[in-house]
Amino acid sequence: MFGSNDGERPLFLQVETLLEEAILSGAYPEEGQIPSITELSVSCKINPATALKGVNLLVERGLVYKKRGLGMFVAPGARERLQEERRRQFFAGYIQPLLAEAEKLGFTREMVAKMIWEGGDEA
Amino acid sequence: MMQLVNISKSFGRVQALSGVSLTLEGTGIYGLLGNNGAGKTTLLNILTSRIFPDGGSLTLDGQPMLDRDEALSQIFMMGELNLYPEDMRVRRALEITGYMYPRFRMEEALALGERFGLNLKSRITALSTGYRSIFRIVTALSVHTPYLLLDEPVLGLDARHRDLFYKLLLESYGNDPRCILLSTHLIQEAEPLIEEAVILQAGRILRQGSVEKLLSGAYQLSGPAGLVDNFLGSRKPLAQTSLGGLKTVYLEGARPQSCPAGLEISPAGLQGYFIALMEEEESKC
Repeated sequence: MFGSNDGERPLFLQVETLLEEAILSGAYPEEGQIPSITELSVSCKINPATALKGVNLLVERGLVYKKRGLGMFVAPGARERLQEERRRQFFAGYIQPLLAEAEKLGFTREMVAKMIWEGGDEA
Repeated sequence: MMQLVNISKSFGRVQALSGVSLTLEGTGIYGLLGNNGAGKTTLLNILTSRIFPDGGSLTLDGQPMLDRDEALSQIFMMGELNLYPEDMRVRRALEITGYMYPRFRMEEALALGERFGLNLKSRITALSTGYRSIFRIVTALSVHTPYLLLDEPVLGLDARHRDLFYKLLLESYGNDPRCILLSTHLIQEAEPLIEEAVILQAGRILRQGSVEKLLSGAYQLSGPAGLVDNFLGSRKPLAQTSLGGLKTVYLEGARPQSCPAGLEISPAGLQGYFIALMEEEESKC
């Protein structure tokens, strides 16, 4: 998935997102170790400097911290903070574009609401 | 630090390199990018004293390096197969590399060979094109000199083996950061791996610098031809393509803060930028 169809975004931001997703999903639990820069570099096929730049964004945001000589770990409370951030972006990131597209296609808000209630069973 | 200043080389009437200046510093993965015949191999051969330049200077940590064994022991260039006797088998050839390069790690070479499925008992001459490249890769990655020069390492490799090579290169670099110069014409594949790019064309360096910096100075712009031309005014783009009424141009310079209405601005990407540069150069001829 990495890098494909996402060519518009710089690779270091893609690394940041990859790690965010893994923290959100619980794949990297709080106080658990995240992959090393070399592991990230190899698995994403990117220069380690790029991987480091992506990881450092999470360090700056306090979501990941370094233990000297041991590696990097997910900060306590990181998952909740990420969820909180994403919740704040949810309306602008998902609902607004959804409503804009619905309007273009001639769906009313009621029809959109109905689709959501029915869980997309019927298009 | 390896430094080349104003290197030139000609073969008969063909000027292979002219005025090439280049500095390779410390650790990093450098990309040497150029079309076939751009002078990439000539440059690498000069770096390893296989051929001598007509003019210019080469130094390694401030010392002249032409034909000095001391300097040469710091550099390894992915080998040509004709350096080995015809009937030699893969394992023997690896052992011999170990005698020549004290930092060579045999266990690593064997492990790398296994991951590629390289048959150690095969005669080198009996290897397929792809496996010849693999043999050269396995050797090169196991040598661990401070400078490693890779000349078109993925030549003849299928998609799966190319993928494996890029991963093993990064793994090797992560475990032993050194100066790696990767010469390739497969720019799109190399782009995410390299920090610094050197773009060579017809024996001259067209651009060099960090990939990030190079790409922040180029962008593509597309939209209806009329709007694009309006935006350009008297500026001449590096390159342009048209698809019906849709026009796309490549420009150098900082991306405009705001995108003019009706137009779309997107990053150039190293390959797009490279092709645009080549087209601009050709249009000058």
